[in-house]
Amino acid sequence: MRWSWTDPRMRALVWQVAALAATLVTLWYFAAMAHQNLARQHIATGFGFLDNTAGFGVVQTLIPYSEESSYGRAFLVGLCNTLLVAALGTVFAVMLGFVVGVARLSTNWLIARLATVYVETLRNIPLLLQLFFWYFAILQPLPGPRDSLTLLPGIFLSNRGIVMPAVETTPSTAAFVLCLLTAIAAAIFIGRWAKARKLRTGESFPTLIVNAVIIIGLPGLVWLIASAAFALAPPVMGKFNFEGGWRVLPEFLALLLGLTLYTAAFIAEIVRAGIQSVGRGQTEAAHALGLSSGQTLRLVTVPQALRVIVPPLTSQILNLIKNSSLAVAIGYPDLVSVFAGTVLNQTGQAIEVIAITMAVYLIISLAISFAMNLYNARVAIVGR
Amino acid sequence: MARRSSLASRIFPFVFGLVVGAGVLYFFLPGPPQGGKVQTAQQPGAKPQPGQQGPAQPAGSTLAEVRARGYIQCGVSTGLPGFSNPDDKGNWTGIDVDFCRAVAAAVFGDASKVKYRPLNAKDRFTALQSGEVDLLSRNTTWTMSRDTSLGFDFAGVIYYDGQGFLVKKASGITSAAQLNGATICTQTGTTTELNLADYFRGQNMSYKVLPFEKNEEALSAYDNGRCDAYTTDASGLHAQRLILKTPDDHIVLPEVISKEPLGPLVRQGDPQWEDIVRWTLFALIDAEELGVTSANVDQQMTSASPEVRRLLGTEGKFGEPLGLSNGWAADALRAVGNYGEMFERNVGTKTPLGIPRGLNALWRNGGVMYAPPIR
Repeated sequence: MRWSWTDPRMRALVWQVAALAATLVTLWYFAAMAHQNLARQHIATGFGFLDNTAGFGVVQTLIPYSEESSYGRAFLVGLCNTLLVAALGTVFAVMLGFVVGVARLSTNWLIARLATVYVETLRNIPLLLQLFFWYFAILQPLPGPRDSLTLLPGIFLSNRGIVMPAVETTPSTAAFVLCLLTAIAAAIFIGRWAKARKLRTGESFPTLIVNAVIIIGLPGLVWLIASAAFALAPPVMGKFNFEGGWRVLPEFLALLLGLTLYTAAFIAEIVRAGIQSVGRGQTEAAHALGLSSGQTLRLVTVPQALRVIVPPLTSQILNLIKNSSLAVAIGYPDLVSVFAGTVLNQTGQAIEVIAITMAVYLIISLAISFAMNLYNARVAIVGR
Repeated sequence: MARRSSLASRIFPFVFGLVVGAGVLYFFLPGPPQGGKVQTAQQPGAKPQPGQQGPAQPAGSTLAEVRARGYIQCGVSTGLPGFSNPDDKGNWTGIDVDFCRAVAAAVFGDASKVKYRPLNAKDRFTALQSGEVDLLSRNTTWTMSRDTSLGFDFAGVIYYDGQGFLVKKASGITSAAQLNGATICTQTGTTTELNLADYFRGQNMSYKVLPFEKNEEALSAYDNGRCDAYTTDASGLHAQRLILKTPDDHIVLPEVISKEPLGPLVRQGDPQWEDIVRWTLFALIDAEELGVTSANVDQQMTSASPEVRRLLGTEGKFGEPLGLSNGWAADALRAVGNYGEMFERNVGTKTPLGIPRGLNALWRNGGVMYAPPIR
């Protein structure tokens, strides 16, 4: 590049720098103006409030939290709750979406129609209404804790959610976990060795049986010799509700159900489109080579379909994460409910709280999109 | 195949995000930024003088704005019987609504020049800060942090309330002390969440709180049995018990766990508008004390009592410093009556709410309602 106006690259660079500078100055001007106006209206500014005592309770906390904790801690509590529902929702939605997407292409008339009905119903009803349906119409009319439905022995379902015995550690837990990890490592090694030997000599090895014996037997031996590795602490009926045990809140269940079922309907359509984008000739060629239907799907169709599936799938995952902010409508303490709701109201520092909340969603979304783009680059066609 | 420029395109969003983030964060840096109109340094805590005010809100600007617009924008609740509640034709009633009408009558001589803005507990403060409403008359508790760090001034107290609990009769609970371990539904964005935490911590009891964005959702969750108790201000409990499926199955517990002085509030920084709102409230209370009602306000104009004559503007010029006519209080009283009339009409013992005057009686009747004199 020459330092001359006649060089088009130089001109382009100058314009770009100028545009960037103009953007920065505009942003700075807005920020300065906001700061002045807040000061004039005697509204507190700054992030110092994050160290103040929150003073309110939160119903579900994944990290230690009490009323004496700070607003910053309340922010983390809300963030963890958001991440929990988003992570589980993503996993379930992708799994269900793949199953339904494949089912829509099934040659079985009933399965294909059921999948179609599922997709067309769930993706065409607003998510907020679905959340209300799951929460107010399904989970709340359940009987109270005293008349709980028994799902499995020791696991109860009531309008206070699902209660199950807590799993507690015992002195032999560490040995048990160690043995389990060792057994899994050994199983993987045996599997590799058996595969290599089969390729080399053609001799088969009963991998499945041997590995099953190792994985179940080794930790089982510890259990028998030492003592039970885990103890169950069943919940006890208290004055109002079960006490002790592990519980899943109905608010969490409703949100997870709503997000999963809604997003899975969209993912199913993406999966169907991806599979249909793979030419019919590919499947026929695979059959001609003697691959079974399952092998064709696994080895030929899906790897090629993924190239079409991954980019729109990323968008759906991002939608799911952002839609989790509807939690506030059904009382689940997510980031928006705890931080942009209660904390904002108690401190009144709307600009700071909303800026932090937006930044958090932006960072989560950018991180997911970065990871998915890396994955996309891996499954994309390699240019030679 | 596409060239390998994807690294740059992958990094771009991060750079863009950082730039936007930096811009948003900039003004939190200490010290006002240079350039533009530099704010005059003010003594901390000192009321700004009219001359020092920036152009955004000089003293008296709210009154001028309201006059130019032709009506008052009044923030009210989304529906709380007795306080601010719309009927099926969209007409608003309630003690908070009557206060909006009283201010409109004082300013315009016409109580109908009000537009109501129903606001959630969560959105109400932002609406007042941003100037969407001129006056927030929405059963709002006067607390120190709201007064000092949100940029508001409370005009006074229109209703002395306290937080209570609503439980099902079938639960057999008769006192808040029996609520150890209970799950409690409430509305988010209110003082109730804090009071609840304070009360249970103070009593060394455990509890679970379930805050909902809308009152209706919190109440429905309680009605369905998701919570053992529902909590809000005692006046609200009486009002909301009536909209449950079977009101008689529920009782309000006797304990009141907090002080909730509810009152109208305005933005800080316009002393004239603040005075108009404050003295309208005081005039309504003074009128009850002096025996001036909506029915006899015109006869009382010629009253022998100098206090009554000053209130109604036939003696002295008390409206002028407010920027209003001298008959401002008479106009307000003609429209909504005195404080006692407002109370009895909206929440009193003859209404479905059936709330006795209690703390809200005049000071000489055993309550704490006491307004400074107009003199």
